[in-house]
Amino acid sequence: MTRKRRRLWLLVACGVGLGSATALALSAFRDNLVFFVAPSEIAEKAPAAGRTFRLGGLVEQGSVHRGKEAGQPTAEFRVTDGKGTVEVTYIGILPDLFREGQGVVALGTMRPDGTFRASEVLAKHDETYMPKDVEEALKKTGHWNPNAGPPPPASTWNALDPRQKKG
Amino acid sequence: MFARVDASTALAPNPGSPSPGPRTPGRNLHRFANPGRFLRQSGAVLPWLSLAALLFTTTGLVWGLFFAPADWQQGDAVRIIYIHVPAAWLASAGYFALAVCSAVSLIWRHPLADLAAAEIGPVGAGFTALCLATGSLWGRPMWGAWWVWDARLTSVLVLFFLYLGHVALVRAFDDPQRGYRAGAVLALIGVVNLPIIKFSVDWWNTLHQPASILLTGAPTMYLPMLWPLFVSAIGYSLCFAAIVIARTRAAVMERRIRALLMARAEAAQ
Repeated sequence: MTRKRRRLWLLVACGVGLGSATALALSAFRDNLVFFVAPSEIAEKAPAAGRTFRLGGLVEQGSVHRGKEAGQPTAEFRVTDGKGTVEVTYIGILPDLFREGQGVVALGTMRPDGTFRASEVLAKHDETYMPKDVEEALKKTGHWNPNAGPPPPASTWNALDPRQKKG
Repeated sequence: MFARVDASTALAPNPGSPSPGPRTPGRNLHRFANPGRFLRQSGAVLPWLSLAALLFTTTGLVWGLFFAPADWQQGDAVRIIYIHVPAAWLASAGYFALAVCSAVSLIWRHPLADLAAAEIGPVGAGFTALCLATGSLWGRPMWGAWWVWDARLTSVLVLFFLYLGHVALVRAFDDPQRGYRAGAVLALIGVVNLPIIKFSVDWWNTLHQPASILLTGAPTMYLPMLWPLFVSAIGYSLCFAAIVIARTRAAVMERRIRALLMARAEAAQ
């Protein structure tokens, strides 16, 4: 075995060791690496009352009620992940991207009545990008209601010509 | 008075012509590791590479920033994607190149790999900084936050620090060889971060959205928005290559000058 060959194998061995150590460490800290918890996870294992955490999910269709309290805008809405739902109350300005069917991440605490009191709401954009006329064409043909959830499979719309009659 | 020193042979690990022998990968690599040959070949390629880099980058950015359709939700703010995403790709790809140079340097001890690794560091750090800055500018209006500590953003910040650490470490020793060795070890350890960056959005809940362009399915992006992104990405890649090659050429010539000056000083004694 030449010295070069020996160095190569040494490097490969170090790489394998380092890689598996990292994989083990990451899987051990799995729960701490998430940015938010989903409503169904809260239903399974409720976080301690008063503990601040982030709640993430889609804004449920038809659940948004906006109001005004002491000059501040307020909002009540439900966050869902399809398996569980949590009622959220928030005082403050919502991000521009906030709408029904949009992903959101809210920072706050659970209250004794089971609602989530948010002190900060961030909009979570999904990985789809489409122009306005394509979105309108999908809505018009009944292929997608943006308020109800994520869009249909990309292959059905990413080459769509919105000027054409419904295809 | 004037001692002629051929710095290319002074730098090559095996001075003199390579003896004929069995063709091994290492022996083939030596052909590309010859600094004299590198200077000749890269000098011929670099002007065309720079021109192509400029053309592709300008075309991609002008197409994306002015002519591609706007997003139905984000409006014109989506156009920052044409600056942000190619920078993010090159930040990771550049680190991979740095790691390859480091492995070649540690295993085969090629001087050109050392020089290239030292020159990739600052360029990669620059692309990562561009990615972080544009991401922050994009995050504020869309998410509602300049920065969040989710897995994707944090792992890219770690990548930035790895680049900076490499830049500092390589230049921290009086003996450049020790600097190259330490930098190569750091670069190879940092490689574990690359899959973490790529898969962070799939393994954990993050605020950052998952990838839109997949090997296993249709891109979740309207195609007239996607083409300028590809052109821009090709342009960024060519820019990265051109800058690194230009910097490596300068580093080779710097070492030649230093070798000549040393030889002259020794001859004068």
